[in-house]
Amino acid sequence: MLTLDEVRRIADLARIEVPEGEVAALQQQLNGIFGLIEQMRAVDTAGVEPMAHAIDLTQRLREDAVTEEDRHALYQEGAPQVEAGLYLVPKVIE
Amino acid sequence: MSAGWEVVIGLETHAQLSTASKIFSGASTAFGAAPNTQASAVDLALPGVLPVLNAGAVVRAIRFGLAVGGTIAPRSVFARKNYFYPDLPKGYQISQFELPVVVGGEILIAVEGVEKRVRLTRAHLEEDAGKSLHEDFHGMSGIDLNRAGTPLLEIVSEPDLRSAKEAVAYAKTLHSLVRWIGICDGNMQEGSFRCDANVSVRRPGAPLGTRCEIKNLNSFRFLEKAIDFEVRRQVELIEDGGKVVQETRLWDPQKGETRAMRSKEDAQDYRYFPDPDLLPLEITPQAIARERDAMPELPAAMRERFIAGHGLPASDATTLTASKALADYFEAVVKAVGGEPKACANWVLGEFSALLNRLEVEADAGPVPPAALAGLVKRVLDGTISGKSAKDVFAAMAAGEGEADAIIEAKGLRQVSDAGAIEAIVDEVLAGNAKQVEDYRAGKEKAFNSLVGQVMKASRGKANPAQVNEILKRKLGQVAGLAP
Repeated sequence: MLTLDEVRRIADLARIEVPEGEVAALQQQLNGIFGLIEQMRAVDTAGVEPMAHAIDLTQRLREDAVTEEDRHALYQEGAPQVEAGLYLVPKVIE
Repeated sequence: MSAGWEVVIGLETHAQLSTASKIFSGASTAFGAAPNTQASAVDLALPGVLPVLNAGAVVRAIRFGLAVGGTIAPRSVFARKNYFYPDLPKGYQISQFELPVVVGGEILIAVEGVEKRVRLTRAHLEEDAGKSLHEDFHGMSGIDLNRAGTPLLEIVSEPDLRSAKEAVAYAKTLHSLVRWIGICDGNMQEGSFRCDANVSVRRPGAPLGTRCEIKNLNSFRFLEKAIDFEVRRQVELIEDGGKVVQETRLWDPQKGETRAMRSKEDAQDYRYFPDPDLLPLEITPQAIARERDAMPELPAAMRERFIAGHGLPASDATTLTASKALADYFEAVVKAVGGEPKACANWVLGEFSALLNRLEVEADAGPVPPAALAGLVKRVLDGTISGKSAKDVFAAMAAGEGEADAIIEAKGLRQVSDAGAIEAIVDEVLAGNAKQVEDYRAGKEKAFNSLVGQVMKASRGKANPAQVNEILKRKLGQVAGLAP
């Protein structure tokens, strides 16, 4: 079961702003989902290969060739701010 | 360096794969284009786009797996590594997590003549992120997504390295190998090959200590300095009664130190899960066999051949096989000379390598092609010129003055091997240096060298030194009244 702090941390990682008043309700909902997961975990899956994809096919490959042309002017029409060909965003330094 | 402590290092290396297009889109990977001109809809994560895997990236991963003797997974899975950063438009990086494309393998390194096997944990395919530029945008960051989606092979070693020197030897060997098998251009200035180092210290025999990860080391010199600094920092911390905290650190080349970037508490929880946009990657035994057949002879095998087949010392063989360009050059010289591998190796590792270092170019881009060097080596071997003149001829060849034979004639460097001519010079020198002759007779060996010097001088350096020695010995024997 998740603690309130864990709910706040998950919200932070997902960049979702959760007002303090909603944390407890969200905790309850998430714990409900975790309850379902616990039920599924009770099933004996020994010897079952984990499924990587719902479709039972393998990846098709593309030849290594440049097929795209420069369309940055078109793509940048939708950007809030552009300068010298760069997308401008609020400064984030890690 | 730090008495009583054992250093434990593992490296994570990102090698940019030398494909023409990106790992999941048809945009170009060429370096240095104007910002965002090589960022396609897929690289920008526009709504509704889907990634399609590049066969060229897969082939290069297979080649790497074969070259290190790892297991190439018949089935591997792409996963999303979730984090938010402006140069990662999707909000996740496509990588591999539980089922990587290559598992295991090893790299053989040599430090000061001592060989060591470094085990690899895994190598997996992933995409690179874009670049953030933080200056000159009135308080904002500029984002260039040309690099977003560039294919990378992340190569993870086991914590088998025990010093900064070993870490550098490992990184250099790996760097040479990825270029050798043609999967990465190895250009470190352009970021095609970069290392993260996990460093910890412990008392010998004790369990592993807490590690710190040093990010983005893009030169061998920085790698060595950053590890040395980090080891000192951790040892001092523990000896002063403190504790190492698990964290990510950055190397600051200006200050020559590592500094904390984020601690474990702030560490990202990447919440990996299989990417539903990509099906599992299947690699057939046929695909692996195709790459195995196309593989060049690997450096380790070539090194053995140089030792066993050419009779070269191990150190020569190691240096010659440090790069494919140099190894190929050496082989071409031996072939053109028609044998004499040791003499060829001496020239390739001596004058030729010094020239390459001076010009900062690879062996295949130097101004003296293998056939030209072979022409010079032949003239040394057949006694046409002395070893000393040969260096002058080489310098002239490097300066573009033509082939060895033409330079030898033009400069009049052909050595005198005519016994009669040398005897005449020797007679002259003996007559004019009675004192030295006397000294030699009195048992002073040094006098002999002085006489050789006089003869060489009189011949203006052209007399064949071996012949001078022989004739001089014979004549001195007569002078001394001993049997010739």
